[in-house]
Amino acid sequence: MNRIKQRFEVLKQQGRKALIPYIVLGDPAADVTLPVMHALVEQGADILELGVPFSDPTAEGPVIQKAHERALAHGSSLRDALTLVKQFRETNAATPVILMGYANPIERLGYQHFIELALDAGIDGVLTVDLPPEEAGEFNQQLGEAGIENIFLLAPTSSDKRQKMVAEMAGGFIYYVSLKGVTGAGNLDVVSVKQHVDHIRTLTDLPVCVGFGIKDGASARAVADLSDGVVVGSVLVSKMAELAACGEASPRAFSQAVSSLVAEMRDALDN
Amino acid sequence: MNKKASIDFNQMPDAHGHFGPYGGRFVSETLIYALDELESIYRSLKDDPEFQAQFDYDLAHYVGRPSPLYFAERWTRETGGAKLFLKREDLNHTGAHKINNTIGQALLAKHTGKQRVIAETGAGQHGVATATVAARLGLECHVFMGEEDIQRQSLNVYRMKLLGATVVPVTSGSRTLKDAMNEALRDWVTNVDDTFYIIGTCAGPHPYPELVRNFQSVIGREARQQSLAQTGKLPDALVACVGGGSNAIGLFHPFLADESVAMYGVEAGGFGLGTGKHAAPLNDGIPGVLHGNRTYLMEDENGQIIETHSISAGLDYPGVGPEHAWLKDIGRVKYVAIDDDEAMDAFRHLTRIEGIMPALESSHAIAYAEKLARQMDPDQTIVVNLSGRGDKDILTVAEIDGITL
Repeated sequence: MNRIKQRFEVLKQQGRKALIPYIVLGDPAADVTLPVMHALVEQGADILELGVPFSDPTAEGPVIQKAHERALAHGSSLRDALTLVKQFRETNAATPVILMGYANPIERLGYQHFIELALDAGIDGVLTVDLPPEEAGEFNQQLGEAGIENIFLLAPTSSDKRQKMVAEMAGGFIYYVSLKGVTGAGNLDVVSVKQHVDHIRTLTDLPVCVGFGIKDGASARAVADLSDGVVVGSVLVSKMAELAACGEASPRAFSQAVSSLVAEMRDALDN
Repeated sequence: MNKKASIDFNQMPDAHGHFGPYGGRFVSETLIYALDELESIYRSLKDDPEFQAQFDYDLAHYVGRPSPLYFAERWTRETGGAKLFLKREDLNHTGAHKINNTIGQALLAKHTGKQRVIAETGAGQHGVATATVAARLGLECHVFMGEEDIQRQSLNVYRMKLLGATVVPVTSGSRTLKDAMNEALRDWVTNVDDTFYIIGTCAGPHPYPELVRNFQSVIGREARQQSLAQTGKLPDALVACVGGGSNAIGLFHPFLADESVAMYGVEAGGFGLGTGKHAAPLNDGIPGVLHGNRTYLMEDENGQIIETHSISAGLDYPGVGPEHAWLKDIGRVKYVAIDDDEAMDAFRHLTRIEGIMPALESSHAIAYAEKLARQMDPDQTIVVNLSGRGDKDILTVAEIDGITL
């Protein structure tokens, strides 16, 4: 069984909510990502979302854009992401890993070739930001055949028709984007999130996780109460950016910095 | 090539914005709503006689259309070969073809009741054309422009400010046109409730390539009538420069079904196709996905978009409109490249022998048309799209000449 599905089943049995941290591969340096991934798991991350750097990340706010730029400055690529996850799997066979990125690096490898490498690396899901259901048909089918979950976004502005279309095609979980705008923006409207999540639940049995705008333990808890889990990105990435700006280079320092943030959120979700 | 005869070019793109394998709507879910809304407004107004009449009125009385089709007699004589005609888009209000599209999109914006428009710009021509229509309609206007381009095009930056627009410097990525477009997309998704995004070229997510083409097709419709009136026949060849490709598609589209008319899209060869430092994805790129559409792109082996080079900021873009990608594949249009030096020579030459100073973008088309004319007979005709005037480029040219103004 796919690790994502498995994890959500366990969480459900335990009555707990999924904590899904997001970091960008190779941000700020190649040797930082692997130790940070392990640290995130130690602090209670359920699923890891690994951002694949792209030269034109149009859906990202400034914090994550800069992370992509830092990673690209030393040539981080989709191939590196696949290699890294393979290394991660040497010592962690249980934690699901999702690659989140843009279509062009995948198209450059070719769908089939990418999927072969992803299976070999132990990737459980992909979220391709700029491949909505209308354009995802072929890729979606090939991912399905390989047993890799194709994760889709839903937005506050998604029409009813689109929510149904996404629900039909999606695997793993539904990623509900809680805000209009780019990553890292604005403040959370809990009432609106509840309405939307409740509606999505009528369309699918998949877990619904919420991302965009979750900054600390309190906001994580507020959103988790309404959904099956939270995705946390910009707050972690901006912590790493602070360290990088101070000239910090030790992977250990980055691991410690994100650990305290993730531990706080885990605690808020569980207690 | 036989496929072409059976294609109804007016039925492209398909309902999802695809031109064969190109085009489409490769955007985040968060943007779909805005595009759906735009598409439905456009569909409801496209064939509305009142909307069309307003558009035509503005083009006639505000832009100054029709633009002349000018027989460049001396240029023809000195070149030797086919007769060279210039479609004078440089004579439009604001000095380029860009205004045709901004007039059209501003009318759509007005119809939505949104009070704020945004645009991306490279050379600044589209920014100026957007700031112009925004001033006329009393709309708030924000123009995103790469920091690099702000340095290169200070004259246009000041023009936009005089027109009341806010020029927003873009410091992400390579700080040029592609990054300005990224930033405009981000602004749009954040402020979609009160903001209309006026894209400047026939690229981007569906329905932009289609609607920009349709607004710009006035160029080709006029050129067709003018050719028939002045020469009694259709031209034998059309030549236009291609960055994103809006002036070219505007000229080409009304002629696509006329099999006797050959078409040439001229990309920016920069330092030369062999050097990799150019902006010619149709000549030397591969298909990929950027800015909401699948098209030919300049990218590296990891699928990252690479920085392009051209002497002309308006052609300095790593992608191209998806309809051009398709027209290349089916063989209907031939895409060629002209390098920086050839474009500069053409700029100087046309200025000296016709008293017409072409934009550096258009100079690429001028340079190729000259090569083409020499291979053709004197009873044949070529229509070259003179897409903009060169005044904005004077500082660039002076710098090349080592002169500080």
